[in-house]
Amino acid sequence: MYLSIYDFSSFFQSIDNWLTSTFPEPIATIIVWILIGVSAIAFTALLGLSLVYAERKVAAWFQLRIGPNRVGFQGVLQTVADITKLIMKEPLTPGTSDKFLYNLAPFLMMLAPFIVIGALPYAEGLQVMDLNVGVFFVTAVSSIGVLGILISGYSSNNKYSLIGSMRSGAQVVSYELSAGLAIMVIVVMSGSLQFSEIIEAQRDGWWIFKGHLPVWIAFVVFIIAGTAETNRGPFDLAEAESELTAGFHTEYSGIKFAFFFLAEYVNLFIIVVLATTLFLGGWMPLHIGDWEAFNNIADIIPPIFWFLGKVSALIILIMWFKWTFPRLRIDQLLTLEWKYLLPISLVNIVLAAFIILMGWHF
Amino acid sequence: MSAIGNYFRSIFSGLKTLFQGMAVTGYYFRNARKEIITQQYPDNKDTLRMYDRFRGIVVMPHDENNLHACTGCSACEIACPNGSIEIIAPRVVDPETGKKKKVINQHIYHYSMCTLCNLCILSCPTEAIVMDQTFEHAVYDRSLLTQILNKPGSSLNPNVKE
Repeated sequence: MYLSIYDFSSFFQSIDNWLTSTFPEPIATIIVWILIGVSAIAFTALLGLSLVYAERKVAAWFQLRIGPNRVGFQGVLQTVADITKLIMKEPLTPGTSDKFLYNLAPFLMMLAPFIVIGALPYAEGLQVMDLNVGVFFVTAVSSIGVLGILISGYSSNNKYSLIGSMRSGAQVVSYELSAGLAIMVIVVMSGSLQFSEIIEAQRDGWWIFKGHLPVWIAFVVFIIAGTAETNRGPFDLAEAESELTAGFHTEYSGIKFAFFFLAEYVNLFIIVVLATTLFLGGWMPLHIGDWEAFNNIADIIPPIFWFLGKVSALIILIMWFKWTFPRLRIDQLLTLEWKYLLPISLVNIVLAAFIILMGWHF
Repeated sequence: MSAIGNYFRSIFSGLKTLFQGMAVTGYYFRNARKEIITQQYPDNKDTLRMYDRFRGIVVMPHDENNLHACTGCSACEIACPNGSIEIIAPRVVDPETGKKKKVINQHIYHYSMCTLCNLCILSCPTEAIVMDQTFEHAVYDRSLLTQILNKPGSSLNPNVKE
């Protein structure tokens, strides 16, 4: 059994008990909402800042450079300085743009990650809402982001933005199919759409070890499709600098640009957390079947560190993709999805169902 | 059947080449600490490492006797695509042989027009001019960019074959 001192639920339960006993019921609920909202905003901002720094540092190492090293120790405050600069800059609105939609698009970009991070599990009891259709909710809500991209491209009244957003729309809509089918494999294996139950199903081993071939294929497909969904390299042709200057956010400046910038990294985090939760057991420590001694040693490390370790490993993997592979052309991008990933995932889900039917997984 | 074979072969060959690329960058990532090529320029002025192929500025090396190798043949002036080099070499009578011969008076080099294309160095038959490795050439007055490369009082090294 895992150590219960690492369980966050009693801590949050005590806060909740104190609030409900001190304040009347409606005020306590509002205070809880405010606390959750503030912590979500703080978490997102911190996440964006640290991921941008990590990206710049990791990219530098992949290219044998040093990376930011002037502001703060080893440049850790570089992104803070950048964001401060972006906040102070004028958020320009082009005269010929559709002003309402132009100003709406950055908020739509940030809306999807904000909603989704509440539904993701970070550690035992560290989850805002454990929906019984959590996986479905996350995949559904994260599609709002593409709306922001399309609106920003349309309303900017700029050809670069329009081409970039159209490419991005085609890309995200196509790759959501194979990402969804890859998720389906795990849903079929666990028999639940609820994150807590999916993690609970991996108590005696993560799905990537238990599920054989279909889970391995699903994992590869999900990582590829997830990289494409977040518009990161090598699938960053929505903002191909050499062709489209910056793609859909060409016209944005100041804090509105920062929203697009942060949304990209928070989306990366969401995809990685999904991959971790579904395939690598989320916060669940590494357990091997009924090896009691080994499992107890693995339980000593708190689940939050297991979670962060897996997430950072996957983030470095996806950054590794970005700084290694050349950018795909739009026809290559659609060929990869419709001729390779989608047929493979369709066959794969049948294979997974067959393996479960025969009981061949552990 | 071969179409299906090609389909799966393309998947595996694609994955193989992707892993090859990732192996290269992965090696860089693991060894980033010791193989970094970035030089922290203003901090390391003393230990700055330059590369032989770097083209900084055209100079004419002189030895300790103030002798250079420029015969005043004007090959560099002709080779220069944008007229950065002007050679003033009047013909004087050689006292020994009695023949008229070009002697370099001024090798004028306009750094403001130079694109550092290296053609003058390639065209020089006696290797009298070379590219220097320095790069801090900013000045406050444009006239300082026009330089006379041969030092005052210098003359042609007698060992140089024309």
